[in-house]
Amino acid sequence: MMNTKRREKLNSRPINRDSFFEEWPEGGLVAMKSTYDPLPSVRVENGLIVEMDGKSLEDFDSLELFITRYGIRTDRVAEAMKKPSREIAHMIVDINVSREEVLAITTAITPAKMLEVVNCLNPVEMMMGQMKMRVRKTPANQAHVTNVLDNPALLAADAAEAALRGFSEIETTCAVSRYAPFNAMAILVGGLSARPGVLTQCAMEESLEVKMGMRGLTSYAETVSLYGTEEAMDDGDDTVWSKAFLASAYASRGMKMRCTSGTGAEVLLGHSKNKSMLYLEILCVFLAKASGIQGVQNGSISCIGITTSVPKGFLAIAAENLTVSLLDLEVASGNDQTFTHSDIRRTAKLLMQMLPGTDFVTSGYSAVPNFDDVFAGSNTDCDDYDDFYMIQRDMQVDGGIEPIREDAAIAARNKGARACQAVFAELGLPTITDEEVEAATYAYSNEEMPKRNMSVDLAAAHDFMAKGTTAADIALALHRGGFPDVAENIMNMMKQRISGDCLQVSAILDDQMGVISGLNNRNNYQGPGTGYRLRDERWEKLKTKDSALVPHLILEETGRDQYRTMRKGLSEGEYAEPGEADIVIGVSPAFANKSTGDEISKNHLRILEEIREAILEEGLAVEVVKMYHTSDLTEIASLSARFSISGVGIGIQSNGRICINNKNKEVDEGIEAFYNMPLTAYSKYRKIGKQTADFVRGRPLEKCEESKPAGLTNYQLQMLRLSGEERQFINKNKKPCRLVFE
Amino acid sequence: MSKLDYKKDYPLAEQRPELIQTPTGKTLEEINLENLLQDEVRIEDCRISQQTLEYQAQIAESAGSPQIAMNLRRAGELTRFSDEKILKIYSALRPFRSTKEELLGIAEELEREGAVLNGAYVREAAAVYEKRKKLKGDKGSSL
Repeated sequence: MMNTKRREKLNSRPINRDSFFEEWPEGGLVAMKSTYDPLPSVRVENGLIVEMDGKSLEDFDSLELFITRYGIRTDRVAEAMKKPSREIAHMIVDINVSREEVLAITTAITPAKMLEVVNCLNPVEMMMGQMKMRVRKTPANQAHVTNVLDNPALLAADAAEAALRGFSEIETTCAVSRYAPFNAMAILVGGLSARPGVLTQCAMEESLEVKMGMRGLTSYAETVSLYGTEEAMDDGDDTVWSKAFLASAYASRGMKMRCTSGTGAEVLLGHSKNKSMLYLEILCVFLAKASGIQGVQNGSISCIGITTSVPKGFLAIAAENLTVSLLDLEVASGNDQTFTHSDIRRTAKLLMQMLPGTDFVTSGYSAVPNFDDVFAGSNTDCDDYDDFYMIQRDMQVDGGIEPIREDAAIAARNKGARACQAVFAELGLPTITDEEVEAATYAYSNEEMPKRNMSVDLAAAHDFMAKGTTAADIALALHRGGFPDVAENIMNMMKQRISGDCLQVSAILDDQMGVISGLNNRNNYQGPGTGYRLRDERWEKLKTKDSALVPHLILEETGRDQYRTMRKGLSEGEYAEPGEADIVIGVSPAFANKSTGDEISKNHLRILEEIREAILEEGLAVEVVKMYHTSDLTEIASLSARFSISGVGIGIQSNGRICINNKNKEVDEGIEAFYNMPLTAYSKYRKIGKQTADFVRGRPLEKCEESKPAGLTNYQLQMLRLSGEERQFINKNKKPCRLVFE
Repeated sequence: MSKLDYKKDYPLAEQRPELIQTPTGKTLEEINLENLLQDEVRIEDCRISQQTLEYQAQIAESAGSPQIAMNLRRAGELTRFSDEKILKIYSALRPFRSTKEELLGIAEELEREGAVLNGAYVREAAAVYEKRKKLKGDKGSSL
């Protein structure tokens, strides 16, 4: 079969490089609801759950045992389970029902019931629920900072920039795992060199991660993975009990931690037991709750390619994020892996978490180019900053990060790299050269970095761990190395562990080291005007766009003193008289004036040239006349016609609008054949010249379609500016003059 | 003293700093860079105490999260153990690592040291591991 050209074009679009699958319930390849998922049920005897979701106590596996013992409020479960799922779903989106009232129900239902509840919600209701149910009132964001060379100076510079942009947490990992302690240290030092209170972590194998955490090289942990089947847990080399013990271990050192799970993981491991992805993920979230872990990173995470390949993938992901909030836990909501070739699709995915706001909108945003993101790339990377900022600006929505000035970025990157250099020097680690610091300051990626001697680095990293170097040693090194403020920030990160305030749900630190969590910053959304509102200082910051034009300033800055200065290439000649040439082109007062700026004036000259050349090619003579006393287009065109031999004149305004006039007609009946022309559609102007010549020879004028520029906003602002200028350049006492081309 | 409440006592460092002491007996105020430079504070001092974790557990309970409170109380008991010891227990709790007797041994040891919640927790794990075949030698065997 021959394809249409349209089909061929569609086939070549990025979306068609993505993979999609039909649902396959037997293989667990179903996003939200499978016929194999259990139906909700519960039976409580003597305060113990003896039946859950169709299974009785003696048949419980270890996950179900754990969930029934610790994860469900048995005092309220019988009551809560009586409520129809749809009624609970209604409560979730009903602004008249408080978050606390919803939690009283949702923390006392079973996983299968939760599945039924979230299955009642469409995407907008899902987002509505997320906005209302997330724990912390103020949304935040998390960054990935890695590079494929594990270059410490670059890690420090990138962490510093990320901290400056306002990421509350920064996460790293390694290309080569033995670099781990250096990577952890580099983002700790870099992040805290730019802003106090930035939480950092290094995702590694569990034991190493705990070790680094205990020594203060990291300040939180996130990669404690949970799975929704026992077999998958076995594959992950943990049990629920070992994971929950780990949670206590972190807390015993005052360290914040959350666990990680996500739809699709069990399918990928081949252990889905034909349950839907969402059901299994709901089990994971219940396990986190039962363990007493304060938060969950989910939203498919590393398995997002699987979940988004089947119908309702995005919806299932929104549902798993929402489930975390419905269990009163902190949610770091994914958006942290590349999953599609389509920019439209990845943006749509992001908006489902960004618009309602979650505790961490992404977990994490790649603060480096995706090819340097060792977590396998993220849904958004450093190339997307301006897009992300403009979405915040367009919708007045807080995605957790803020625009920064370039000079501040450079300064922060440089300081981060230098602080890291100082620590390496003071601790006797392999030198970070000035050349590396300079390169890291201005680098886009690892490709601009001088190569380090990896074997020397790795030997040093091994010694560093063997010696038991701690954050205290790093603070002392920073102090000796001339960075007392960064030393202080590191000391304060150790100090905050002592109070344990960051162990409560959804805690982050502000730049005064003040804790902001679900307890002192409780989400109290209950409809318009309540909950988190992006306003005041924060809004002023987030709506900043350095390259934005300031309309009233543009008009004020227009130079009156340059009133009579013509562009190079054009000069003012004699006063114009009737009979100048076959056709006369009349230009407005501001046309081709110096103060209009180089770019536009260049366009003006080009426009004139195009029209002139086209007329000359037709064998007619043409002159250009500048009008000073009026900016009215039809008047300019009409006057031009009177100055011409043929009786036909062309009027042009500085904004590119054009009008053709025949002197035998009244002024107001000028044939305004073309208008709103962008200043760059040169071929159109050429065509106008040709048509005018033809018109003089007796052919009718063709109607020329309006031409729309690509960057509509830029164009409109330019028009606004030019129209304003026209008025300022009017000199009522000056007669029209001929313009001479040099 | 009545139990702490998140509405008035949290954040602890701001609302009730006088309640906070490190396991080495230092106050929050004493933990600063100056004292670190003078060697009057060391990394060992930058630790949370069992008592502080108990306060945070009360705060979590008041905010409606008994699970977080439970975790923090277990954590409180673990403050007295070295990093190495904790990592060892964690390893023993991973699947197919320990016999039932080994796990019960750990439980007894924990209880001897006063970590009764953790002791009970490891006992519970031992029972579940036996039932669900997660003990040493169970790998590959079917249920």
